Amino acid sequence: MQNDVQSEAYLRMLKIRGFEQAVTRLVTEGEVPGAVHTSIGQEAAIVGACMALKLDDYISGTHRSHGHPIGKGADLKPLMAEILGKATGICKGRGGSMHFTDKSVGSIGESAIVGGGIPIATGAALTAQVRNSGQVALTFFGDGASNEGVLAECLNMAAVWKLPIIFFCENNGYAAVTSAAASHGQPDIAKRGEGYGVPGVIVDGQDFAAVHAVTEAAVARARRGDGPTLIEAKTYRFDEHCVGLFIKGGYRPAEEIDHFRNERDPVTLLRNSLLADGMSERAVVEIEAQAAGLIEEAVAFAKESPFPDPQEAFELVHANPIPIRR
Amino acid sequence: MTEKSKRMTYLDALGLAQREELEGRDDTIIIGEDIALYAAGGAYGDIHPSRIRSAPISECGFAGMAVGAAITGLRPIVDLTIANFIYLAADPIINQAARLRYMTGGQFKVPVTYRASMWHGQANAAQHSDRPYPMFMNIPGLKIVCPATPEDAKGLLKAAIRDDDPVIVFEDNDLWGKKGDVPLDTEFVVPIGKAKTHRAGSDVSIISISGCLRHALKAADALATEGIHADVIDLRTLLPLDNDAILGTLARTGRVVIVDPAHRTMGAAAEIAAIIVEDGFDMLRKPVKRVVTPDVPIPFSPPMEAPLYPNPEKIAAAVRELM
Repeated sequence: MQNDVQSEAYLRMLKIRGFEQAVTRLVTEGEVPGAVHTSIGQEAAIVGACMALKLDDYISGTHRSHGHPIGKGADLKPLMAEILGKATGICKGRGGSMHFTDKSVGSIGESAIVGGGIPIATGAALTAQVRNSGQVALTFFGDGASNEGVLAECLNMAAVWKLPIIFFCENNGYAAVTSAAASHGQPDIAKRGEGYGVPGVIVDGQDFAAVHAVTEAAVARARRGDGPTLIEAKTYRFDEHCVGLFIKGGYRPAEEIDHFRNERDPVTLLRNSLLADGMSERAVVEIEAQAAGLIEEAVAFAKESPFPDPQEAFELVHANPIPIRR
Repeated sequence: MTEKSKRMTYLDALGLAQREELEGRDDTIIIGEDIALYAAGGAYGDIHPSRIRSAPISECGFAGMAVGAAITGLRPIVDLTIANFIYLAADPIINQAARLRYMTGGQFKVPVTYRASMWHGQANAAQHSDRPYPMFMNIPGLKIVCPATPEDAKGLLKAAIRDDDPVIVFEDNDLWGKKGDVPLDTEFVVPIGKAKTHRAGSDVSIISISGCLRHALKAADALATEGIHADVIDLRTLLPLDNDAILGTLARTGRVVIVDPAHRTMGAAAEIAAIIVEDGFDMLRKPVKRVVTPDVPIPFSPPMEAPLYPNPEKIAAAVRELM
């Protein structure tokens, strides 16, 4: 793997990690309206997938929405402003934490409807095919969404029409607080592809290089016109389903959480890999400082930004506006 | 001289609209079940195979794919055939199509058209006989049209396809075989949001939705022989409602009967009545009357089904009560 790809991956993973740590702090400071779901622990799966795509390829995602556009290269400032409900937010204060969307990097909609982003990306792949544009689409979804019927419908249609799409499951083992073991007849989501004629691939979601390689292969297959691939990245979310949510009784064994935090942290694993590949400690620290600076800038921008005028609630409902009764 | 219009059925008018838009713009696609071989408004066979998508039975999936295609540059027409099937596609229509523009701060437009044909009065029982538009009128972000004539069927479907917002076209299947003159101009569209006055009168207003228009006109004929002159308007668009037309006809007559083939509770007629009471109360000479379908699932047996819907006799009777 080229060193510059790994360096860029490290920067993007640190941006996701730092962004979400900052957001978590802002939640405890009472600055964040609404619910916040972090993807800390899942950064290698996200960035490995996103870096196999070009800027104008499409992605759709989930309620755990911060990592995907950041992984695709989005500017952090409008994202952070959106979290705080500011006028300068990427969605002008109409989306919030669960609905990051950044058209400029091909992010066409994260969705708080579980499985909701799957047909959206499949439709984007249809556009790419109709226009013969060479673009591909990738949809992120969780193990919970894999039980939604719309995945089966889209896998099948994408297979029939050989659409240029990658179905990318971030299997973190838990749908909110229900374990995959308690909600799946068999544990490997990738196997569901076979029933629809879609190749399924399982990959270690904590290993950036492994995720990047399998996604690159799936992207190449899609661009060749050979159709969809279902990738299942086995990963783990370090924090709770939702910031501030505490579940009594512990649905996840403490040893499991400790194991992932201590032994399987994707950021640490990539850092070690960079050093092993010959990057200097100083160069690694420079990337870390760069990420920290970008996050600090984003928080400052978000805090300084104004809230939207409440009257703006009546704007952007339609592209061709209609009278709205108040 | 070329013909300016042609007599054709409501169904052929829908097919003509769809075909003109498909031929006229290469970003228009059609997606739905069986559309290559057997479809409402004409099948397409092998022409434009990339843009004619006969989908597997997957309403939620392809209704959602159309949203993804729309925000990335195409203008999809989704043929949902029987209107009841729209419930299977409700999530992408409501949670995605209607809201994506707003929720993304205007980053996208969502130019998708959903066609849903309301089959009723044909002994198809409760799972094939709904008139579901009132539910969707409660969803900000959508537009809803309900053509009642072949001319409006062509013009409103074309307007829907050309609109940059999601539009649901609720077709009245009872009208599919009815004929009328339809403009052949490929640029002919009926603007979304404008009602049409079909008959002028000063005694009573009959505000009609969808296929009830022909019942309203028959009732008006019968009433005219009794010296009662009805103002008959067809709303054509249900979201947005044409408030000016509603209040305008009220101003002319002071008496209103609303004819709506949907069920009574929270039907479109309920909202129209509310607009009249809120904004036109002082013009009312008598209470508002509704001629609607009672709140029962539609039964199969024809003698049970037929009496449930609005008809000319019920409309005329409602008018007489107001005089």
